[in-house]
Amino acid sequence: MMTQNPHYTKHHPRWHRVRMPIFWWVHKWVHMKFILRELTSVAVALYALVLLFQIRALTQGSEAYANFLAWLKTPGAIVLHAIAFLFAILHSVTWFNLSPRALVVRIGKKRIPDAVIAASNYVAWVIFSAALAWIILVD
Amino acid sequence: MKKSMKPFWWGLFGAGGAISALFIPVLLFLNGLAIPLGWVEAPRDEALLALVKHPLTRLFLFALISLSLFHWAHRFRYTLYDGLQLKHLNELVAVLCYGSAMILTLFAGFTLWNI
Repeated sequence: MMTQNPHYTKHHPRWHRVRMPIFWWVHKWVHMKFILRELTSVAVALYALVLLFQIRALTQGSEAYANFLAWLKTPGAIVLHAIAFLFAILHSVTWFNLSPRALVVRIGKKRIPDAVIAASNYVAWVIFSAALAWIILVD
Repeated sequence: MKKSMKPFWWGLFGAGGAISALFIPVLLFLNGLAIPLGWVEAPRDEALLALVKHPLTRLFLFALISLSLFHWAHRFRYTLYDGLQLKHLNELVAVLCYGSAMILTLFAGFTLWNI
């Protein structure tokens, strides 16, 4: 009989499922843009680590720090930082442009327009960047 | 009912995205390009060390570095899932991504604590 010792499988019998090719995203620019946007997080994290190592070198004494500064001046390091900088900017711009989706602010009944939310983020970006530059560069 | 960890990782992702978007570009530009290329005068080593030793600076740097790592971990995990179609390796990818973010966070904390 069917109900005695029913054999339940964890997975449903397979329907026909289209297998996506690994490089499905290279064929259309809009997909490529999406993947590039997501990959900005790699550049950002890598720079966070470079920053950490710079701090570490700073605390290890003047010779260690001088070596680190010398490495930063090498053409390879400059090129890597330039590429990382482009990705970092891409991250910031795409992040701020998406901020109205995440941050919905209402005053009473009226909703603050998307452009204002995004613009506020950009203004904050400029202010914080200027403040940080001042803190680092001005003795 | 099993409580999902997803909101926790997503929260770190959001905080990391925000803090890195605001502060990484200027730090990268100054330390990685402008100062090495001589566009601006480098700060003196002593001044920089004094700045970094300040507890608020260390707290800020810890937050920036750690959250940037967790932002990457969550985002990269799903990029591999969707982008490279690595759905069958889901748990392994998650462990590697969040795990490395945690280990590097500990390293960052250790480094910044012992300045």
